[in-house]
Amino acid sequence: MTEHPSYTSWTEKELAASLSRFPERYKTFYHHGGAEIPRLSVPTSIGQDYDEKIGFPGRYPFTRGVQPTMYRGRLWTMRQYAGFSTAAESNKRYRYLLDHGTTGLSVAFDLPTQIGYDSDHAMALGEVGKVGVAIDSLADMEILFEGIPLDKVSTSMTINSPAMVLFAMYVVVAQKQGVATEKIKGTIQNDILKEYVARGTYIFPPRPSLRLITDIFRWCGKNTPLFNTISISGYHIREAGSTAVQEVAFTLANGVTYVKTALEAGLELDHFARRLAFFFNASSDLLEEVAKFRAARRLWARIMKDLGANKPASWMLRFHTQTAGNTLTAQQIDNNIVRVTLQALSAVLGGTQSLHTNSRDEALSLPTEESVRTALRTQQVIAYETGVANTVDPLAGSYFIEELTDRIESEAVELMAKIDQAGGVVACIEDGFIQRQIEHSAYAYQREIESGERIIVGVNKFQVEEESRPPLLRVSPEVEAEQVDRLQQLKASRNNDQVDQCLSSLRSAAQNDGELMEPVLACVREYATLGEICDVLRQVFGEYRDRQ
Amino acid sequence: MSKKYRVLIGKPGLDGHDRGAKVIAQALRDHGFEVIYTGIRRSPAEIAAAAVQEDVDAVGLSSLSGAHLRLFPAVVEELAKAGADDIVVVGGGVIPEDDIATLKEAGVREIFTPGATLEDVVNAFQGVCEKK
Repeated sequence: MTEHPSYTSWTEKELAASLSRFPERYKTFYHHGGAEIPRLSVPTSIGQDYDEKIGFPGRYPFTRGVQPTMYRGRLWTMRQYAGFSTAAESNKRYRYLLDHGTTGLSVAFDLPTQIGYDSDHAMALGEVGKVGVAIDSLADMEILFEGIPLDKVSTSMTINSPAMVLFAMYVVVAQKQGVATEKIKGTIQNDILKEYVARGTYIFPPRPSLRLITDIFRWCGKNTPLFNTISISGYHIREAGSTAVQEVAFTLANGVTYVKTALEAGLELDHFARRLAFFFNASSDLLEEVAKFRAARRLWARIMKDLGANKPASWMLRFHTQTAGNTLTAQQIDNNIVRVTLQALSAVLGGTQSLHTNSRDEALSLPTEESVRTALRTQQVIAYETGVANTVDPLAGSYFIEELTDRIESEAVELMAKIDQAGGVVACIEDGFIQRQIEHSAYAYQREIESGERIIVGVNKFQVEEESRPPLLRVSPEVEAEQVDRLQQLKASRNNDQVDQCLSSLRSAAQNDGELMEPVLACVREYATLGEICDVLRQVFGEYRDRQ
Repeated sequence: MSKKYRVLIGKPGLDGHDRGAKVIAQALRDHGFEVIYTGIRRSPAEIAAAAVQEDVDAVGLSSLSGAHLRLFPAVVEELAKAGADDIVVVGGGVIPEDDIATLKEAGVREIFTPGATLEDVVNAFQGVCEKK
C-alpha cells in the first residue's frame, strides 16, 4: 500500500516538510504493550477516487485534516471562552486558566461592549459585565491584559460589529508592553453576517459593515501577519437551531461573501485567504459532527480553488470548535459533563485546531471556576489519556463516515446554490430567507422533544427530583455603577481636545471612503471610548434594525 | 377556545438569543393565539408601548443574558405607568431558581427555565389570559 505514487509523494513533500519544521510529540507512538500506532492508516489500494475525495492530511482537499501529522505534531489549542464583570476580575480568571494549562485566551465581552455602547448608555441597563467583561476604553483593556505577555499568548476575541475598535485597543496594549505589532497572535471574530441571522450584535447595515471587515483584512495583511482577521462562524447559526447541513452551507456562503467583497476592494486572494479562520459547533450527533467537519474542510478547499486561490494555505479551512451550549440541561447538570465530553471528542475526531468545552452549569448561569476547570480537564483527558490524538483522522474510510461526509457536502452545495440564485447572502438576510430556514429547523427540533421522538436524558426521560442547587457564579449588580464611575473619571482626566480632534478625523475618513483602522487607532490611543467611536460611525453609516 | 387571545413576545435588553422566543411564538400561534414578536434588543419602554398599542392580553419576556432582574420588573413598571397593569407579564430564560421569587414579587406572574415544555408554556398563557 505504501508503494502508491500519491502516498509516496505525500510522504516526500508535505509530510517531510512538516516533520522538519515541527517534530512530532514523541519519537514513536505506541499502545500499552508496545505495539506501534501508525501515523496514518490508508487503504490497501489507493485509486483516483481516494485521492480526489479523501486524500492525505495537509494536502488538497484536506478532508483528513490541515496538517500532515495533526495532533501527533501539536495538540489542538485548549481555548476557554471567558470573561465577566470588570477587566480586573476577568484578568484574574485568565491568569487562573493559564495556570491550569489553558493554551490560548478567549475574551468574552459583555453585550454593551459587543454592540458599541459605553456602560452608561440607557440600553446597557442590567447588561454591564453580565455575559462578558465590560470594556469602555483602552484603560479597561490595559487592565484586562495586565501581566499577560501578548507576544507569548494568543488571544481570540469574540467581537464583531465594533471589532476594529477592540482590536485597535489590543494592538495598542501590545505596543505598550513593548511587543512588536507583527508578533501578536490570535483571532477576532469580525463576522457580521451571522449576527444578522443568529446572534444579534449588529450595529451598522450590512454594506458598511463589510467595508469595516475588508479594511481590517487590508490593515492586518500589512501589519499583523499572524493574526486571524475573521472567524467565520457557524457556531451561533447552529445554536439558533439550524441543522448540521445548514450550519455548513450558511457559514461557507458567508465566507464566500467576505472573500468576494475583499476581491472587489482590490485585495489579493492569496494574501488575505490564509488569515481566514472558521468556528463550528460540536453538537450531540457524534458521527454526523465528525462528517460535518470533514465535509466543510473539503468543500471550502474546492470553493477557494475555484475562486482562483493558488496556495495551499488559502485552501485550508482551519477552525475553532465549541461544544453546543443549547444541548446543556438545567436538570441533573452533571450529565452535561458527559455531553460535553462526547461533543469535544467529535471535534477532535473531526480535526479541530482549537476547542472550547462548555461547563456543566451553563444552563443555569455563567460557570463557576470549579466547573470551568472540569471542562478544561475534559479536553486534557481526551488529549492525554484516550489515544485519539496519536493517529490522524482515524475514522476515515468508514463506509458510514465517508457516505455522510459526501452527503453533507452535496446538500450544503445545493443550499448554497439556492442562496446564490436568490441574490446572495445579503439579499437572503434582508428578505429573511436564512432566518426562516433556521427557525423552521429549531421549531421542528423542539417538537421532536415535546413528542418524545427525541430523548433528552433527564429532561423528557429519566427525570429525578433535583436534590440540591449547585453554587452559581453571580455578577454583582455593583459592577455597573463601578464601571460607570470609572468611565466618568476617565472622561475627566484625558485630553478632551485631542479626543475630539481624533473623532473628527475618523468621521471624515468614514465619510470619504478612507481607510479606517489608522484613525481608529489614533482615537483609541487618546482614550476615546468605544461608545464615542461607534457613535461617529453610527452617524455616518446608519443603524440596522431587524425585520420584526 | 372561543376568544382569540393576543400575546406580545418581547426581548428586552441586548440579548440576541431568540431561538426560545421564536419557538414559543410559533407554539402559541399553533394553539390559536395571535402573537406579535417585537424582535431583539428592545427597551422596556418600547415593549410596554407595543403591548399597549397592540392591545394584548399578556406579554412574554425572554432574556438569556442575566439581565432579567433589572429588565423584567422594568417592563412591569412601564406597563403600570402606561395604565396597562391589567396586561399580565410572564418570563423565561436562563434564570437561576433563587431569582424566581424576586421576579414574582416584582409582578412577573410566571417564570420558565430551561427544560420547560411548550405545553406548560402554552397552558400558562392560556391560564393567565382566561383569568384576566
